[in-house]
Amino acid sequence: MTAETSVAPAPAAPQAATAARRDEYRLRPGWITIAAKELADHVLSVRFYVLLIVLGVAAIIPMYFAGETIRSAGETASGVPAVFLYLFTIGPEGVDFGPISFTVQAFIAIAAPLLGVAFGFDSVNGERHEGTLPRLLSQPIHRDDVINGKFAAGLLAITIALGAVLAIIAGFGMLRLGIVPKAEEILRLIAWLGVTVLYVALWLAFGTLLSVVIRRASTSALVGFGVWLFAAMPFIGPLLIGLLGSVVASGASTQAEYLGTIQWVARLLPGQVYAEASAALLRPTITSVSASDLYGPQGQQQIPGLFSIDQSFLLVLPHIVVLLALTIGCFALAYARFMRQEVRA
Amino acid sequence: MTASPSRAPVAGGERRVPKKGRIRQRERIQLPEDAGPIVTRRLSKVYGDLVAVDNLDLDVRAGEIFGLLGQNGAGKTTTILMLLGLAEPSAGVARVVGFDPTRDPLEVKRRVGYLPDNVGFYDGMTGRENLRYTARLNGIPAAEAEERIAAVLDQVGMSGRADTKTDTYSRGMLQRLGIADALVKEPAVLILDEPTTAIDPIGVVEILDLLRTLVEERGLAVLLSSHLLAQVQSVCDRVGIFAAGKLIGVGTVPELATQFGEAAGRIEVGFEGVAASGAEATAKVLRSIDGVAEVRTPERPGEPFTILAAHDSTAAVREAVLATAASRSMRLSSIREVVPSLDDIYRRALHARGLAGRADTASGAAA
Repeated sequence: MTAETSVAPAPAAPQAATAARRDEYRLRPGWITIAAKELADHVLSVRFYVLLIVLGVAAIIPMYFAGETIRSAGETASGVPAVFLYLFTIGPEGVDFGPISFTVQAFIAIAAPLLGVAFGFDSVNGERHEGTLPRLLSQPIHRDDVINGKFAAGLLAITIALGAVLAIIAGFGMLRLGIVPKAEEILRLIAWLGVTVLYVALWLAFGTLLSVVIRRASTSALVGFGVWLFAAMPFIGPLLIGLLGSVVASGASTQAEYLGTIQWVARLLPGQVYAEASAALLRPTITSVSASDLYGPQGQQQIPGLFSIDQSFLLVLPHIVVLLALTIGCFALAYARFMRQEVRA
Repeated sequence: MTASPSRAPVAGGERRVPKKGRIRQRERIQLPEDAGPIVTRRLSKVYGDLVAVDNLDLDVRAGEIFGLLGQNGAGKTTTILMLLGLAEPSAGVARVVGFDPTRDPLEVKRRVGYLPDNVGFYDGMTGRENLRYTARLNGIPAAEAEERIAAVLDQVGMSGRADTKTDTYSRGMLQRLGIADALVKEPAVLILDEPTTAIDPIGVVEILDLLRTLVEERGLAVLLSSHLLAQVQSVCDRVGIFAAGKLIGVGTVPELATQFGEAAGRIEVGFEGVAASGAEATAKVLRSIDGVAEVRTPERPGEPFTILAAHDSTAAVREAVLATAASRSMRLSSIREVVPSLDDIYRRALHARGLAGRADTASGAAA
């Protein structure tokens, strides 16, 4: 403290009492207050219910067909591990939708990123547009409380939505199949939910970044949904990436090397990383996520095995770390840009 | 939670530990011992090549309404953002209610109510809910917050509409809700950025009356910025004239009139039935009155004569004119002292400082 800070305020008499009372209040960390308000806004918004319905429909229809398939095969399928999880991983028999596999897992992988974009794209530029940002920042909070609180609220809203949909599917599944999931299956489901939330958090961070960088909410929504269409829908992005992969891999000498290179290029899309992690967590029969392993000389000789949940988890730990790093990177970019921005529009 | 790299704000004015060079620079500037709630010394803000605020020395005393007047882009909002710790000064110091806004932004923001230019509210929430959110952000306990919110809503005359959503509010209602919002934290200082812009004339009068009442009841200091000089002239105790980032004049309106206005006070006198030929005779009579420095005859018949007199003798001259008119049975149709308008003062102040080119746009905006 330097000399001039000792200059005392000269409060007028009526303010002395106010000041004394004010000092009794303890300020709650600003991001908690902001997150609480934002969460209430999310949960009460039309947007939340529309997304819940979209997600629910996207998940329940394939679940219905999966249930049919499991029932019809039920008699012959004794001894199959983790039958309950087939609800999420298999589609109807004899139906081919080209690049889309008709499973709960695949549908969630397409629809869940929407949640992230939808809860993120207008978080900061919406405040600017409404003219509430200067007013909010003139309250006794730090500037980063705004973006942290909003991100926390978005993440919580997403977790609630995904958890609800997952619980509904599991509940319906139990009713239709008459199978009670084992403890390990429940753990696998929870781990899968966790990875899915992480994947959606990446999209939320991306949406938040858009809301910081792009001044108009409508533009940032368009950009966000455009990127979603490209990256998460199986038609465009993954096909193009697959094409690029086959060009890059054209010099490969063995089939294993060829497929391995294609997979590495495909992993440029976070959706591929998520898909591999989600498959390994939901299917105990997957003991390797690397294409070159599966199709290489060792792969041919591999005895089909079963992984316990911790083995599956270890298998996809690199994927989880990659998703986490991408999320942190994306959010840090949004954070840094927001801290340096002018308050006024 | 994921990814909040560092709690310490990075830039944009909320850095708590300034660079070493800055501290040294701050220490050199002495602040007055008896500083009021807002004091700045050599406060500057530079954006690239643009000097937005240039060595500003500002003093706002407790219990006064201080008007920061200047055209758009003069640096008013930048100054206000620096006072709130929302923008970091390039140089100079500021003290707001005894705290340095750059180092203790939270302490400043707890004690200062701010009405931003074009204030906005969450339009899915009612007025009262918006104020509740502000109260929560200020850590005010719920029960007390309800009391305060009811009180401030009543004070700004918004009690009746407080429970409808804010997207149904008019601009004037939003502005009044904004003042209520700034008052919820029971501030020691109120900073209002363009509080009367985009409001109809009656609304302006209501808001200015409200401000006057607030200052008298709560004894708080008010800093308001405006480019609508004529509107705020009546409510400000003192004004500072701001142009191109500099404060080119500070004082009460009469003080500024003396400083920048004509040397003399003006009285306009109208007579009935003075023909063009008689104008010179009438002017001669007026010139003979004690204290009259100059008389200008009207350019067209029927228009009033203009009398110039020393500022301190205008009242006496006015009396003398009335007496003379009565004794010579000249029929007076009107007599009034011309109060110098801030618009005129502003234009002259700019001329005096060699900023004349910009003055015309200012008067255009102020008209």
